[in-house]
Formats: sequence, C-alpha cells, structure tokens
Amino acid sequence: MKAGSNLEKILEAGKFAVTSEIGPPKSANANVIRKKCGMLKGFVDAANITDNQTAIVRLSSIAAANILLQEGIEPVAQMTVRDRNRIAIQSDLLGAAALGVKNVLCLSGDHQVFGNHPQSKNVFDIDSMQLIRMLKDMRDEKKFECGDEMDVEPRLFLGAAANPFADPFEFRVDRLAKKIDAGVDFIQTQGIYDVPRFEKWLNEANDRGLTEKVYILGGVIPLKSAGAAKYIKNKVAGMMVPDEVIDRMKNASDAKQEGIKIAIETIEQLKNMKGVHGVHVMAIEWEEKVPEIVKESGLLPRPTA
Amino acid sequence: MEADEATSTSEVPEEFRPRIVAYCCNYCAYAAADLAGSMRLSYPPDVKVIRLPCSGKVEISYLLKALEEGADGVMVAGCMEGDCHFMEGNFRAKRKVRHAKRLLEEIGFDSQRLEMFNLSSAMAGRFAEIILEMTERIKKLGPTPLRKGVKD
Amino acid sequence: MIVGDRKPMDEILEMLEPYENILILGCGTCVTVCLSGGEREAAILAGQLRIWGKKEGKNLNIMEHTIQRQCEKEWVDEMRGHVEKADVVLSLACGVGVQLVAEMYEEKAIYPGLNTTFMGYPVVHGTWLENCRGCGNCVLAHTGGVCPITRCAKSLLNGPCGGSQDGKCEISKDTECAWQVIYERLKKKDQLDWMNSYQPPRDWSTAGDGGPRKSVKIEEVID
Repeated sequence: MKAGSNLEKILEAGKFAVTSEIGPPKSANANVIRKKCGMLKGFVDAANITDNQTAIVRLSSIAAANILLQEGIEPVAQMTVRDRNRIAIQSDLLGAAALGVKNVLCLSGDHQVFGNHPQSKNVFDIDSMQLIRMLKDMRDEKKFECGDEMDVEPRLFLGAAANPFADPFEFRVDRLAKKIDAGVDFIQTQGIYDVPRFEKWLNEANDRGLTEKVYILGGVIPLKSAGAAKYIKNKVAGMMVPDEVIDRMKNASDAKQEGIKIAIETIEQLKNMKGVHGVHVMAIEWEEKVPEIVKESGLLPRPTA
Repeated sequence: MEADEATSTSEVPEEFRPRIVAYCCNYCAYAAADLAGSMRLSYPPDVKVIRLPCSGKVEISYLLKALEEGADGVMVAGCMEGDCHFMEGNFRAKRKVRHAKRLLEEIGFDSQRLEMFNLSSAMAGRFAEIILEMTERIKKLGPTPLRKGVKD
Repeated sequence: MIVGDRKPMDEILEMLEPYENILILGCGTCVTVCLSGGEREAAILAGQLRIWGKKEGKNLNIMEHTIQRQCEKEWVDEMRGHVEKADVVLSLACGVGVQLVAEMYEEKAIYPGLNTTFMGYPVVHGTWLENCRGCGNCVLAHTGGVCPITRCAKSLLNGPCGGSQDGKCEISKDTECAWQVIYERLKKKDQLDWMNSYQPPRDWSTAGDGGPRKSVKIEEVID
C-alpha cells in the first residue's frame, strides 16, 4: 500500500471504483459541503474536492477535504499548479496528509483568464507532471523537491487527469505514459461523451501495457440539457460531445432524465472495457443525482475496503 | 511638397471662410484641381492645395501639423480605390486618415475636421464638389478652436 | 525586438500636467521598428500634444528629438542639450531606455510614454507576437524552435495540457497551442524523444525570480 486510502484498497482489490466530485462553495459556508457529503455518503468510494475550478475562488480544497473526513467521506484533494509554487504545494500537502487526506489529484488547473480574477498573476512554477514526481519523491524517497530529507513523509495516493479528447490526439497516450513514469497511481479522465474516441485512446494504452501500471477511472458528467451539451461541445476547451448525444438531449421529453440515462449507459459501457478500473462521476452542482446514477449502473452496494 | 494658394477671392470679412488644407495626390486630385481651374469651375476659396506624389505619402504628422497651425479643416484626396498609381497608396492614406481621426478623438478634438476623399484626374466637377462639401461641413463646425494667437 | 505600445493619452496627459517645456524623446532602435516610439511616433505624439495644448489654452513648448538608442550611455549623454531645455522628458523608449535616461538625468522628470510589452517579431505587418521571455535557460534546442515558456499560457514543460484542442490554446481561439506546434515540428524532425521523456522542474532563478540579472563578459570588462 502506498497510502492505504479506501480508494487505493478498492482498486488494489480489483474492484470497480466509484468516485465523485464536490465543488466547495464560493463562501466560508461549511454546511454546503456537509450537505453534499450527506448526499454522497455510502454511494462513492471517495470524492474529489476541486481546487478553485475554472479559476473561481472557492473554499480551499484542503480545508474542504478536512470537512469530508469529519463527515466520513474519503476525500481526493485536487491540487493545481496554477496558484502555488513548489514551496506552497509541498507545504499544503504536508498539511493535508497530517489532517488525514490520503488521495491527491495533480492538475495544471484552468487558466485564470476563465475565472473571476483574470487580472491575477499565475504561478506555474512546476507543471502537473512535475507535481506528480515531486509528491512521489516526497512519499517514496522522503525527499523534498530540493533534495532535503524529511522524517515523516506524506502518504498520498497520487492521481492525475488524462484527456483523450484533447489534441494532439497522438500525444495523449504518450502523455499518459509520461505521467506513469512520473509516478502516478490513478487517472481520472475528462468527461466521456465520445465513447469511440475514448476506446481508441484506451486500446492504445492497453496495447502499450499502460493500463496495467495505472488505474483508470473514466469520467462521466451527466448532462442537464441540450443547451449544456452544446455549450460543452463549443465552449469548453478539450471536451467533445457528439451530435448524436446533443440530438438525444434535444429530442428527449425529459432532458434531465435523458442526461442521467446517457450517463448510466456510458458507465455500463465503461464497466465492460478492459483497462477501465472505475468511474469518476462529476455531477456539477447536481450531486443529489449521484446516488441514482450509481445505483442504476449496478454499482451498489459499495464494497468496504 | 508645393503649396499653391487658390486664386479666387471674395471680400465678405464678417463671414466665416474656412481655411482648408488639401493634401492632393499628383495623379488624380491635383490634376483634377488643375482641370477645374482651366474649366473655370468655381469652388470655395481659401483652400491650400499641397501636392503629394501619392496620397499614401501623407504622414499623420502632416495632418496634425496643418490642424495645429490653424487650418479649420484638412483633407486628403487620393485616386479611386483600385486605381492607385502605386498600387495601394490610397489605401495606406485611408488607414492613416482613419488613425489620425482616432488620435484627434483621444485628445478631444473633433475629427470631422479631417476627411479622406477619392476621385480621378478627370473629375474636375467632383473636385469642386468635394471642396464645397468640406467647406460646408467646416462652416457648420465653426472656426478651429486652435486659431487663438495664430497669425493669418 | 522589444515591443511596446503607447500609453493611453489620459495617462500621458496626467504625467505631463505640471510641465510646459516638454521633450518627446524617441528611440531609433526596437521601438522604431515596432512602430511605437521612433521619430515618426514622436512627431505624431508631439503634434497631438500641441493640438491639445492649444485647444486647452495652455502655453506648451513641445520639443521632439530622437536618438539612436536610449539604452546606451554614449547616445543618452549626447542629447544633454535637448534635455536641459526641457522640464520633463517623455521617453518613447522601452523601459530599459527610460531607466537609463532617468539615471543619467537624475534631476529631471523622466516619464515613460510607452508600456513595454514583450520581446517578439511581427507575424504580419502591424502584428507582433511574443516569443521570448528571456528566462535565462533556453530550451529551444529541444522544442523545435518554439518557446513553451513564452508561448504556452501555463509555461508547461511536459507537453500540452488538457485544454489544447484543434491546435488552439484553451485561453483563446486566437492563440495557437504552442505544444501542438512543438509536437508537429518535432514529429517532422523525428525528434519526439525529449517531449516523450519526463522534464524536471526548472530553475527559475535564471528567469528573474532570483533577483535582477547581470551579464558579465569578463574579457570585455576594463578594470
């Protein structure tokens, strides 16, 4: 065991993992997080806590992760390299580990131009690849990035993102290989709507033996409306939504229910794919639907690790 | 550059007679002005025609200079679009005039005192018309606010 | 070259407000070529200020002068006569020039007329693209001659992030994804190895994060 987290244990045991995501509030209101915990408890193995996603200021991911621990849900603390240099990141993750956080997701972070402080200075001292390696060295070598040693290392199960829908497509499996090289333990992918493209990426990863070296959790984002689907297709960089999906949403009598149905179908497909070890359900500001999606996908009850 | 005084004069001192500087392309507007003269076409006086080898030769600083020295209006006259003797000089002039207008606006100076026109060497009548048009426009705007202290 | 843009007029007028004898000082090198601070731009700005001054009924004396380089002492020293006649110098040089002029004429008010923006080249006439941050540790040998420090919005070193799509950066459809360009170049050259291998964190101390940098050519230094 690298960190001994619930997520790690489930994946190690060869069980199909389920993670979800909680977006902290744009305020100091801890109750928002506790309420979302109530919705997810018992339905997921761990929940990601986003780190100022889309560069909008929200309650700190590590503080929110601590609230999850209090509520009995295992957190995956997201950490971007956008807002912190290597000093701050190492410090914050030592703190996270000390609080009992056992999973971390290493990300570049959405550029600040998207957020509510586009005038801010970004950091990008290191990139997400280097973040993985830095945390691996802290955990496995008990060494800071500079090489200095520490006595009690942060035991963290290291995750990263992979986006099979971004370009250049041919580099996307190479990039996965690089992340594995850097020391990543699990991958959560970008939301999957274009299943054939995902399979193409996965097959190449399988062929290169990469899926034996890392756990892959397929990303699923339930759609709320045809408009949302079109927005994701046209406005969100690095995401793809096929026209068939948009049409299904458009023609559905109950678009929300259709969105849930598509998500469940996608999960069913993912369950049967070689090299997929779990799903990551990102129901953005729609966390209350996660239990239904997980249940209807036949993923209940969640195993006890 | 050559400066020629327009020859016609009328003696009505109390009337505002806009002083206009016209930067004219040698191949069209300048020739048209010449032709207008030969044809005895009448157009408002007090136009100072400045001959340029091409309207594209105009510099933004020339346009500003004319205004600064007390011209009530400044115009650039180049060939019809597509007919520039130097291929695209008149388009360059158009961009320069457009930019000069922006520069005037940013210091709170009415950019209507500056304009670009296009015509051919045969358009003597049009030349007279343009001068009249510009003169009428400037009359509406009144004398330049920069003439205080400038000697005639 | 070093690229700059003229400051907004309001800001210029505010800086010059207390002064009557104003020297607009152009620079004949980079900012001439990027059409923002050379002799021509000095003449235009001077013209604007004269018109503004007359309109406002101010008695301004606007002078113009352009020297070859405001970033070298010899040239800056030669224009002493012009500077002495002025109460204020509005320099249209890059920030380097403004600082040297300010250093050599400490008693004078020396203000910047430009915002120095970046180092780059023109991609088409009238449009410049930033290409170099002067980070002090060039990686162009490995990246097909495309700088990821400058041209990737996140200065990534290990390839494109998940926001790269259709060759464009996530920040804007008008911005090329530098890593897409790098990938294509390296592929053509059959040099993808560097991009496919892990690149460790950079030492940003050479990039200015270690304090102001100094370059000493020991063989040229006269003791």
